[in-house]
Amino acid sequence: MGLTGLEIFKQLPKKNCKECGQPTCLAFAMQLAAGKASLDACPYVSDAAREALDSASAPPIALIKIGAGEKALELGNETVLFRHEKRFEHPTAVTIQVSDNEDVKAKVEKINKLVFELVGQIHQVSMVAVANDSGDASKFADAVKTAQENTAYPLLLISSDVAAIEAALEVAGANKPVVYAADENNYEAMVNAAKKYDAPLVVKGNDLESLAALVEKVAALGYKNLILDSGARETSKVLQDQTQIRRQALKLFRPFGYPTIAFANNADPIVESLNASAFTAKYAGIVVVNSAEPQHILPILTLRLNVYTDPQKPIAVESKVYEILNPGPDAPVLITTNFSLSYFCVAGDTEGARQPAYIVTVDTDGISVLTAWAAGKFTPETIADTVKNLGVMDKVNHKKIIIPGGVAVLSGKTAELTGLEVIVGPGESAGLPSFFKKQWNQ
Amino acid sequence: MAVNIIKERWTSKVAESTLGPDGLKIGGESTLPFMHFEGEMPNRPVTALEVFDMEPADWPEMLKAPYADVLGDPVAWAKKVVDLGADMVALRLMSAHPDWKNASAEEVAKTAKAVADAISVPLIVIGCGVEEKDGEILPVVAEALEGKKALIGCVTQANYKSITAAANGYGHNLIASTPLDINLCKQLNILISEMGLPLDRIAFDPLVGALGYGIEYAYSIMERARLGALTGDKTLATPVVCFVGQEAWKAKEAKDPDVPEWGPQDERAILWETTTATTFAIAGGTIFILRHPESNKRFKAFIDESMKA
Ligand code: B12
Ligand code: SF4
Repeated sequence: MGLTGLEIFKQLPKKNCKECGQPTCLAFAMQLAAGKASLDACPYVSDAAREALDSASAPPIALIKIGAGEKALELGNETVLFRHEKRFEHPTAVTIQVSDNEDVKAKVEKINKLVFELVGQIHQVSMVAVANDSGDASKFADAVKTAQENTAYPLLLISSDVAAIEAALEVAGANKPVVYAADENNYEAMVNAAKKYDAPLVVKGNDLESLAALVEKVAALGYKNLILDSGARETSKVLQDQTQIRRQALKLFRPFGYPTIAFANNADPIVESLNASAFTAKYAGIVVVNSAEPQHILPILTLRLNVYTDPQKPIAVESKVYEILNPGPDAPVLITTNFSLSYFCVAGDTEGARQPAYIVTVDTDGISVLTAWAAGKFTPETIADTVKNLGVMDKVNHKKIIIPGGVAVLSGKTAELTGLEVIVGPGESAGLPSFFKKQWNQ
Repeated sequence: MAVNIIKERWTSKVAESTLGPDGLKIGGESTLPFMHFEGEMPNRPVTALEVFDMEPADWPEMLKAPYADVLGDPVAWAKKVVDLGADMVALRLMSAHPDWKNASAEEVAKTAKAVADAISVPLIVIGCGVEEKDGEILPVVAEALEGKKALIGCVTQANYKSITAAANGYGHNLIASTPLDINLCKQLNILISEMGLPLDRIAFDPLVGALGYGIEYAYSIMERARLGALTGDKTLATPVVCFVGQEAWKAKEAKDPDVPEWGPQDERAILWETTTATTFAIAGGTIFILRHPESNKRFKAFIDESMKA
């Protein structure tokens, strides 16, 4: 990625032998830079040059695969610093830590229950971390075994003791857990242990400088299935290191071209949850917490969903008739778009007003009322078709529909096309409670 | 390979504003939020707790409980939120709403003055949310609060003229609201400043959504506005106001006392409000208008940690 013809040319043999089909090495380099030739066409390129050119064409942040089976996940391949520049690619792996000193089965079962429905989708945590707090290798391996038997989530194995990691990998290695961590003292043995199973390995520094140095040593051993830990634990330091690592990676500083891990673990679960959310928004590939209580985890998963939503591709709900609070035949019919946020605003405020109602969502490819109107997707025609096709007026004993105040101009034509009375509602769904009070139930 | 720490060379910074009789300073950042290695954050983000001028109709029990003894008394309520550690008081003139008491400009101005006289922290005064009515009452409130250097809002495209003139005349700052749109924000800031109110006396309200309810739009707008401010766009360099409490306490996840699969309401609701706030803090928010005292405490603790160099 991003290499110029001249930079590539420097790595070529400069024989100008034409065997690649190009008149000169330079011409071949230009073709490579333009993506119109493959390096394989030159029989004389050295292994070192091939390696350099391959890694130069690698993405800024490596794609790392974790786990096996249906809950396997990927991290990395991120390309931006701000979500509005494009989007964030791989949602942070929210990971709950279990100690090998506690009842592993009980906690893992609790973790398995952390399943939430948000805007019509299922959201869950991503991994279970097992920590070797006991300091005992066989106890650790047992805990890992118990965890593996009781959950489908990928595992994160936490121990600085190579023997404990090896024992745990014997149990769980085939399922590609994350190994935590290679540090200055143990990295050679840790690399060997992880390599044997091709398991992702966290490289842990004491700061950014020592992290970069250690990654290079690990890479020199031929291992690149890596995740980064700068060693920071304080909120402010983590935010700064995460930002710096992302910036460096995007500028192709290769030692930082991997996903990261951040530890939010805190004895105070509120502090822990707040930090975990902040680290999720600010670039952590994996974020680790202790709490398995839903009230602490739901906010993190919700924020992850929000921040990782593609700004260009909003989340949509199905285009259909939604029934709020068992509506009867005299209930109002509200028209909105199938942008999930628009729908949930209207549904939430209607429910909040304790008003039974029908909500009809017009298919606008998941964009908001005004956006869809501006884009010609929320029109008298689409509204009339949807109302007719979904048969919503058969459920009620009146001939009225309510449209959002923001598109009041649509009322005349919509009335004409549907033969219904079109009432212009408030501009904001927050105005619905007072609208119902004054204009519907009077 | 040594790590050459990447420091962006920002050419500009967020405007620094002063609020209240004692001159509380906000804004002035010359880097992205909490990136202390790169630039200055001379003033920490600040909080306000909301005080209603009448008993709030739609507050859940959990939110009313800490204020049970002061709910009908805005002056006592205001003193209480100061004791509870809010940096500012945000007085909401709900009684002026045509659906509630439809109180007159003179009535609400009297309340605002009584509250301002009872506290030494800066006062934020928020209208009833009906643009027309706010255009009538807020100029009268501004006059009554002369000398208090209050932060008054919210002004919109529809009502900014009368309120801007009054804020300018009586020495106050303004909150300018535009819905989640960077260009509308710039436009309103320009309209207001063209009437003579300097940009450093405006705070920008992007009409944030809560966690789970569109937080990502406001998050990205704030990031874009901060990048604009740091690269020299003065019309985006105003401090940002986040109406967190108002939005978070609309969410079922905060409001609903009884959803077993979400865990107990006490911690869940506080986290809903505080996570919304901390998320905006890392995107570039400046003033955080909260509702529950525990959220205020938790948020400030997060800011303490994030402000460490
Ligand atoms: C985010 C955004 C986008 C996103 C889309 C995200 C999405 N999923 O919709 C993107 C970037 C894709 C986008 C694109 C465009 N956008 Co745009 N966009 C916005 C923005 C900033 C926010 C929209 C939003 O999400 N609002 C939140 C949702 C929940 O609001 P909502 O659906 O309106 O619902 C509220 C109310 O209408 C009401 N409500 C909803 N349903 C109902 C039902 C009833 C019965 C009632 C009573 C009330 C009610 O309650 C809700 C909550 O208050 C707005 C500015 C703004 N603040 O409105 C501009 C805005 C809507 N966009 C605009 C435009 C022009 C466009 C583009 C045409 C620009 C272009 N030239 O390319 C394109 C069109 C897209 C396309 N071709 O497909 C204009 C529309 C101008 C107009 N009035 O005609 C706006 C207003 C910005 C502006 N001022 O210029 N946009
Ligand atoms: S085959 Fe290789 S050495 Fe020969 S000209 Fe092409 S690039 Fe140069």
